[in-house]
Parts: sequence; C-alpha cells; structure tokens
Amino acid sequence: MTGTEASGDIDRNRAGVVTGRPSARDPRIGDRPPGLKGHASDFVLRLRSGELGWVPGVCAVIVIWTTFQLLDHHFLSPRNLSNLSVDIVGTGLIAVGLVFVLLLGEIDLSVGAVSGLAAAVFAVLNVNSGMPEWLAVATAALVGAGIGALQGFFFARIGVPAFVVTLAGLLVWNGLMLYVLGANGTINLHANGLVSVLTERYFHNRAVAYGLAAVGAAAYFLASYHDERRRRAARVSSRSLGEIAVRTGAVAVIGFAAAYVLNRFEGLPLALLIFLVSVVGLDFVLRRTRYGRKIFAIGGGAEAARLAGVNVVWIRVSAFAVSGTLAAFGGLFLASRVASVGQTSGSTNLLIDAIAAAVIGGVSLFGGRGTPWSALLGVLVVQSIASGMVLIGVQTSVQSMITGGVLLAAVVLDSLSRHSRKSHGVVL
Amino acid sequence: MTTTPLLALRGICKRFGALHALTRVELEINAGEVVALVGDNGAGKTTLVKVITGAGPADEGVIEWNGRPVRIARPRDAQSLGIASVYQELALCESLDVVGNLFLGHEICRAGVLDEVAMERRARELDLLDVLSVRIPRTRVPVASLSAGQRQAVAIARALLSEPKILILDEPTAALGVGQTAHFLDLIERLREHSLGVLLISHNLGDVKAVADQVAVLRLGRNNGFFDVLTTSQEQIVSSITGATDNAVTHRKTRPWEATR
Ligand SMILES: Nc1ncnc2c1ncn2[C@@H]1O[C@H](COP(=O)(O)OP(=O)(O)OP(=O)(O)O)[C@@H](O)[C@H]1O
Ligand SMILES: [Mg+2]
Repeated sequence: MTGTEASGDIDRNRAGVVTGRPSARDPRIGDRPPGLKGHASDFVLRLRSGELGWVPGVCAVIVIWTTFQLLDHHFLSPRNLSNLSVDIVGTGLIAVGLVFVLLLGEIDLSVGAVSGLAAAVFAVLNVNSGMPEWLAVATAALVGAGIGALQGFFFARIGVPAFVVTLAGLLVWNGLMLYVLGANGTINLHANGLVSVLTERYFHNRAVAYGLAAVGAAAYFLASYHDERRRRAARVSSRSLGEIAVRTGAVAVIGFAAAYVLNRFEGLPLALLIFLVSVVGLDFVLRRTRYGRKIFAIGGGAEAARLAGVNVVWIRVSAFAVSGTLAAFGGLFLASRVASVGQTSGSTNLLIDAIAAAVIGGVSLFGGRGTPWSALLGVLVVQSIASGMVLIGVQTSVQSMITGGVLLAAVVLDSLSRHSRKSHGVVL
Repeated sequence: MTTTPLLALRGICKRFGALHALTRVELEINAGEVVALVGDNGAGKTTLVKVITGAGPADEGVIEWNGRPVRIARPRDAQSLGIASVYQELALCESLDVVGNLFLGHEICRAGVLDEVAMERRARELDLLDVLSVRIPRTRVPVASLSAGQRQAVAIARALLSEPKILILDEPTAALGVGQTAHFLDLIERLREHSLGVLLISHNLGDVKAVADQVAVLRLGRNNGFFDVLTTSQEQIVSSITGATDNAVTHRKTRPWEATR
C-alpha cells in the first residue's frame, strides 16, 4: 500500500476511490527530444509504423505535377491550375460525403448515381417545369438525403450489407435518372441560373483570394494558440510554440501560393470557396462534436459503441444521409461545369474517382481513419491525373485503365499500412 | 435489515431461439455490497449481465431499482440509472485514443464542442489511468496498442468515470497479472466502502472469497444457490456450480433477503 491510498478520505470523491499508486512513467518509453526535433522523430516513427496519413497524397501530387509539367509545360499554367481547382469541386464534395460512410467502415457505391439523379431532378424541375431555382436545388438535395437515409435504413436496421444495398442503389438511381431525363436525354441548364453560376463566378478582386489565405492562416494560428494556452494551463500534453509556428507557416505558404496562382488567372473561384468552407465545416463536425466522435467510435468497433450507449442505427442512417446529400450537391456542381445534365451524368467513373480520392487522401476502407481534408487532397490527385491525361491527349480507354490502377494502388497502400500498423500494435 | 435492494431481478427469462439461456433468475444487489456471480462456462452469466445493462434485454421478468420496477431496453437506460459495466470481451473502440474511450457516451462539451482539454485533464486529475497500477504510456495512444491488462484498466476506469451506483464486472481479472489482481481487489473494497453495489463475475473462487459478501450460483441458466461468503466453504460453492448439489429448492429458502423478512 502506498501513501495516496492510505490517506483515502471517505467522501464521495471518485478520485479517492480509484487512486492506486502515484503515477510513474514506464521506464521503457524513451524521452522524446524536445521541440521540432522531437516532432520530426515522432513523425518518422509514425510513418514507419504505417501511419501514412497525408504523406502518400502529397507525394502523389508532387510526382504527378512534375511529370505532366515535363510532358506539357501548360500543365502548371495559372489557367490550367485554376480550372483544376474548379474541376475538383464536384467529385470532391461527393468524396467528402463518402468519408462519413468510410469512417464507419462501410461503403456507399451509389454516390455517383445519386449525384446524377439529383442533377437530373434539378434540371427537370427547374428547366422543364419552371420551378424556382432555390426550390429545385432544395428538392435535389432532399432527394439525395432521402436516398441516403433509405439505403442507410436497409443497412443499419434490416442488416443488409452496405455494399449490396448501395450496389442495388447504383442501378436503381441510375435507371431513375434516365427515366426522369426522358426520351431526348440531355437538358441544358439556364445560362445565368444559380447552378450555372456556381462554377462560373470568380472573385476578380485580388484581395479576396489573398484575404482568404490570410484569414485561413490567422484563424489556424489563433485556434492552435488558444488551444495550447488552455492545454498548458491544464497541464496536459501540449505542442511547442515552434511547432505551431511551423504549421501555421505551412498553411500560409500553401494558401498564399494558391491565391497567387488563382489571381494570375481569374481570381478565386466561387466553387472552390464553397468547397473549402464545406471541408472546414464538416471536418469540424467530425472531429469536434459528439456526433463526429460517435462516427469514429462506430468505425473502430460498432458493438463497443453500442454497449457504450451510442445509438448505432441512427448514426449509421445519418451518415448515409450525409453521403447522399453531398453526392447531390456534387452532382449539381458537375452539371454546372458542363451546363447540362445528360445520360452520362453520374457515371461509374465518378464513383471510382470519389472512392479513389478518399482512399488516396488517407481515409481507411477499414473505418475509423480519415478526415474531409483527406478527400480534398485525394481529389486533387485524381483530378490532376485526369486533367493531365486530357491535356496530353491520352485515349479514354487508357484513362479508364489508369484511374482503375490508381484506385487499386491506393487500396493496396491502405491495406499494407493497416497491416504494418497491426504489427506495430497500432491497429486500424 | 429491511432495506430495499438497490437492484433486484425477479423471474428473468431469456431465450435464444430454442435455448433457454436464463430461466426465472433472481438476484439482488444492495448498496455497499459485493455480490459474486459464479457458474460454469455457458451458465448464462454474461447473458444476465447483458439483461441488466440493456445490451440484451430480457424476454420476461422484472427489474427493480430501489424497489420500483424499471424498464431497461437499451444501454442508455441502464447508464442513466447509474449502472456501469465492464464487459468480458473488452468493449473498447479501437479507433479512439484512451481519453476518447474513457469518455465515449458521456463526452465533456463546451458550447456543443468537444472539450478535449477538459477531458484529458479530468482523466489526469482522477488518476484513473493508475487504477490497478497499470501504467499507460500516454493518454493519447490508440487503445489498440495497449496490452490486455492495460485495456482492462481503461475499461474499468471508464466504468468508474460515469460515477455509477452499481458496477458490473464480467471476469475482470482474467487479463490481469498477479500484482494487478491484488490491486484490483483492493479497488473493489474501496468501492464497497464508498457504498457502490458491485456484481463481480469470476471463475476464480479465491478472488470471490477474498472480496465478495454474497455468492449467487448460476447453473444452466437457473439459480442454483445463494451463499453467504463468510459461512460457506469453498467446496459447497464448487459442488453447487458443478451440480453435485442440485437442490435449488432448499437454497431458495435461504435466500438472504427472505431469511431476514
Ligand atoms: N447471442 C446469442 N445467441 C445465441 N445463444 C447465445 C447468445 N449468447 C449466449 N448464448 C448462449 O447462452 C448460453 C449462456 O451464455 P453466456 O455467455 O451467458 O455464458 P457465461 O456464463 O457467460 O459463460 P462464460 O463463463 O464462458 O463466460 C450459452 O449456451 C450460449 O451459447
Ligand atoms: Mg461470460
């Protein structure tokens, strides 16, 4: 018996109840070197144990951009990069929605078809029936949410495996889209309508792009700094100021570089702004709210979460609903990009791209790992490849094979790193 | 002693298809009392735990809390009554770190936002991670990288964190080393002093004799005797577990709460 125990004052204080021995550090744990050096050594350790995170995505972007730039010097031109930043939004939103489902350890194969259907619903209601745009957009979003919730219900409540439900969904919603579009097939959107404007508006004022970069970096710094102050005051593990400065520096460099390039073309695209705001918002929901915590919990052990009192069915249904809703919005952006909705909207390629994007960015197919930022990084990789291949004139057949290969590579990497994490004792 | 028990199970039945996993099971737990539930493998102990915690509600029977019948249909119901449990198959989420697991289901929030700092500090303050003197390297490591005993400590700490009135422990010492087991038994005694009710499931009769006040034996899904630990020999308990003394009826008469009525 040790001192703390003997002094157990008999009040209802749980601290007294559970205090065993005074805490002692495990002598086998080496001291982490202080400051940035310690951070670097931690980072290398994490990589070795298979915790790859954003590293493969960033490496892929660098390799892809260098390769295509060598093949065609237009690739890194402001025009092409600016177009790329708008092109990623549609698929990116779909991938962000998919992250919610992937975090649960499940998959939603219907997102491509749902995005096509939502776009078709919007086009038919707005263009053919003359419904006000906002109402048609809301209806399309509700269709996405409803479909997601329905599929979630079949999976979570009835117990049908998610991939079967959503595979059936893929066919059904694609068929429904063709049915809704009717005989002539393609519907052109109103030229100056709300949806068309989504991908056509740019903030020509240079201050907007730079301002966004500045606000982003400042917000990141203030949030980290505030958090560190609280951590220090509470004496729990905290980062050094140097580390915060380096991270903020990285955010600022990326932000200002992007703003510089975008301003050399037409300025900050509205679509990109919407995408960034969505990513930040949904990342917040996933990492800083109870709801998000429950999603991660289910991804790491549904039964454990259930025993802890989490309403597993409801969380699962809602995650599928989020996926469906974001697929619908993604579909609207994709339709906006080509100013029409046609029979090829919501193709299977879109699904593959969205899954590949999420996985390349660091979302695990096994659940419990990843953030919306992973989807942003991944979709940048996928869309860079697509855009580069179009630029240098690769045949569609070859494009298809390459996209498939990229997905396979990403999944292999995911499985290998999971394997490595397991052997290092860090499962998931 | 005519106090109403904190928790009482009356005539609990539970079927899995054709299998009658529990048949008219009775059990009472008082505040400040450690009740051991023993029985062979497959006797229905875990099933009974799941009935109490709402993870697998009973088909028939009544659960009384402080003398009033209550419905426990979901884990949330049991939690809000003040029943916490540590399950046999350690119920931790692999994707969360130690702090995330400790607070799962009752996270601390500030204006709707998870307050990680407060949760980490609370975990530190209560020194929960030193339950059982199991050292946990860092509070932010994923639980998947912990040893079985360390995970057990997290699971127990987690149960205590909700400040329960009844703690249910399903074979908690199975993964523990010698030192940790001794420490764990000390912990249970401290809990009793703080007038928690404890339901302890264990195959180790030594542990049972060391800390329990009452022993309830379950055999093939039925009550097979209630014993007072002080006045009963280990042989008697063993023969009741194995069925050598299948005289449930005689033992029914000596149920402690009926004897005192
Ligand atoms: N979900 C289930 N479906 C069907 N049968 C079950 C289920 N859970 C338990 N059983 C059966 O109920 C009986 C009691 O099981 P239980 O897990 O309660 O035993 P136990 O007393 O905890 O055993 P042990 O000491 O091995 O943990 C067993 O025969 C088991 O096969
Ligand atoms: Mg059991």
